[in-house]
Amino acid sequence: MTQPDNFGFGEEAGLLKDSARKFFADNFTTDRLHRMVASDHNPERMSDCVWDRDLWQQMVELGWTALAIPESSGGLGMPLVAVAGLVEEVGKAAFPCPLLGSLNATYVLAACGSAGEAALTDIAEGMTATLAVTNAEGSWDLADTGVQSTKGQLNGMAHFVQDARKADRLLVSARTEKGLSLYWVATDATGVTILPDAIVDLTRDQAHVSFENVQAQAVSEDGVAALSQAMPAIWTLLAADITGAAEWQLQATVEYAGTRQQFEHPLGFFQAVKHPLVDVMILIDQCKSLVYNAACAVDAQPARAAEFAHMAKASASECAAFASSRSVQFHGGIGFTWECFIHVYFKRQKHSQLLWGDAAWHRAQLANILIGTAA
Amino acid sequence: MSESARQDSPEQAEFRQYCRQWLADNKPKEPTVRLPLSPLEIMTEEQLTYLQAWQKSAYDAGLVGCDYPVAVGGGGRTDCQRIANDEMISARTPFMPNVIGLGMAAPTVFHHAQEALKERLLPRLFSGEDIWCQGFSEPGAGSDLASVQTFAERKGDKWIINGHKVWTSLAHFAEWMILLLRTDRSHKYDGLSYFVVPIKSVLGKGVTVRPLIKITGETGFNEVIFEDLEVDDGYRLDELGKGWQVAMTTLLHERGAGELQTPRSGGMKSKATHSTNTANLIELARATLRNGKSAADDPLIRDRIMQLVIREAGLGQNQRRSRVSALQDHPARLLLQNKLLASEIAQAIGATAMEVEGASASLYLGDNNAPAGGQWPMAYMNSYGMTIAAGTSEVQRNILGERVLGLAKSK
Repeated sequence: MTQPDNFGFGEEAGLLKDSARKFFADNFTTDRLHRMVASDHNPERMSDCVWDRDLWQQMVELGWTALAIPESSGGLGMPLVAVAGLVEEVGKAAFPCPLLGSLNATYVLAACGSAGEAALTDIAEGMTATLAVTNAEGSWDLADTGVQSTKGQLNGMAHFVQDARKADRLLVSARTEKGLSLYWVATDATGVTILPDAIVDLTRDQAHVSFENVQAQAVSEDGVAALSQAMPAIWTLLAADITGAAEWQLQATVEYAGTRQQFEHPLGFFQAVKHPLVDVMILIDQCKSLVYNAACAVDAQPARAAEFAHMAKASASECAAFASSRSVQFHGGIGFTWECFIHVYFKRQKHSQLLWGDAAWHRAQLANILIGTAA
Repeated sequence: MSESARQDSPEQAEFRQYCRQWLADNKPKEPTVRLPLSPLEIMTEEQLTYLQAWQKSAYDAGLVGCDYPVAVGGGGRTDCQRIANDEMISARTPFMPNVIGLGMAAPTVFHHAQEALKERLLPRLFSGEDIWCQGFSEPGAGSDLASVQTFAERKGDKWIINGHKVWTSLAHFAEWMILLLRTDRSHKYDGLSYFVVPIKSVLGKGVTVRPLIKITGETGFNEVIFEDLEVDDGYRLDELGKGWQVAMTTLLHERGAGELQTPRSGGMKSKATHSTNTANLIELARATLRNGKSAADDPLIRDRIMQLVIREAGLGQNQRRSRVSALQDHPARLLLQNKLLASEIAQAIGATAMEVEGASASLYLGDNNAPAGGQWPMAYMNSYGMTIAAGTSEVQRNILGERVLGLAKSK
């Protein structure tokens, strides 16, 4: 299969992206974000789980959590390019919510066949979810997990679970005698304990989750295969989020460089500021183009989806790091303070940069595909 | 049927089919001469003759100048040049030699010349019978193009031109030159005017073309000296003092951001030609031994190559995305990055190739033991032509910062 020239980004996708942009512009200003997430600056505080449930409910009613779910399971069956467009806008607003987690779970469940259908229906009906598939080391090898399954009971610990306190359901990977299975577990089930992490990022919550004799039904007995199939979509969506957030960082910094005067000129007059800002733009555009290419591959060219998604997330991780670094640096002294909004995006981007694999990890995977595994 | 073909208009679909058939029947055979890396490096008459014959046959078949009106020698079609380009490149044809004519002179002449002049100049430009060159840069006017000093003084309905142009690719073969000069010394921008000059016909009569030797040792570009050259006022484009605006038409098309799609062919592989891309870089790494192992197994080299693969893919996808308006934030944002990215990526690929080769990167074209015939060191050195010509990378970043991001002008 080959990709359509326009990435398959049609009228419906365009309308969805525009309506998302308008939704956040109307309802969720950066000022509001800052008031909501940055009320406590104590570096030793425990992270809050703050989110606007009313706005989230509106998003659910707009159908955004059901976009990726197949129509047969009560969803809208939209292509990934359309979903990526929405997520780019969510990233631009840095809106704290369990959308990415729920979408990630959706793509994994869709790869689980008929056993995943009931769980997909849960999401279609408004339940939120997140993946619990990472061990204490933070290994991105899908075969690694900190949870074991014996006789239908889960025991152990899942780490780096994103937005765990906003989730109704966990999609858990656990080692079995046969390999790796996936389980759909309620966060309030007996034996499940959410242990919040104190994290740098103010726009997410994160936890390690303990499982003690948790009764669970498998949704897949070949967890590595289901996760592998879904990962290109998961990497691509995080890269889309990064693209949107980086565009916010660029525009905020460009605006500051246009108003702040030093040596009788606005900052942007100086090429030491102008040229790196252009380089930020170049990285954003590279990332954005690779995101839509990867999304389109998931939709229309699955044989190359992993290759293109590795490119997108590697590019996004570089973009997140560079856009963040320049946004703080070019805001100067004020950029180093808690009162300036850019630290919120800086922290979100540093988190996104490393989540689901940093640039070097994705490039190493890409090399295995394009050159072959090293001898 | 390819996916891009699926979205063609009926006219485009029919034309694509026609191009494909014509190319299947008429693709030229590989030349006996060594072809240069690009049209700007044509050194010999034999190379030129082969490439001109290709351009003429493609023009006669209707694959060049497709979107220009029939009256000026074009095909009178709508948005079909890119179809012909797609097909010529996928058929791996030779490239066309008259690149400056097609990419810069043609759109400029079309937008700014009198009708009779267009009808006279454009057909032979499209066919490649008249090679064109560009007289913009001067020893004292590089990135600051508007400071050109070549001067035309009025004498009745003639102009007397004196001055010195440099980095003039193809001038040694060119019939015509597009020439930016000064007609008024009191205004920097409004004192510029724009001419077309039939330089071959006046060689030795007020025009001297001298080769400049490149960093690689190749010839290919020149300096051009004007000494009391007399030129007819009828060769002036647009109004007196509008030279800067006319030059902007040229530069916009040169940077790939103009409205008229430049005819392009290429892709022919021959032993003597060599492309600076990551597929070739990976091949090089596979073929290179390092500490008894393939360089392609070295994790640092793998990472370096993947960084380049990603930049190269990103550029390709930018070009694709630039045609999807719903996925763009600013109409010129992607197009204005093209030349900057292509040239810097090529340079980085060349630099990495030399590191992959290690000590063998010291061997040049004349050494039988040189990997890939010594082409990588040459490609690396040549890449500086691309990051300097047509507005240096630094100027490109100013343009992007000012026009796209709206930052204050740096001067």
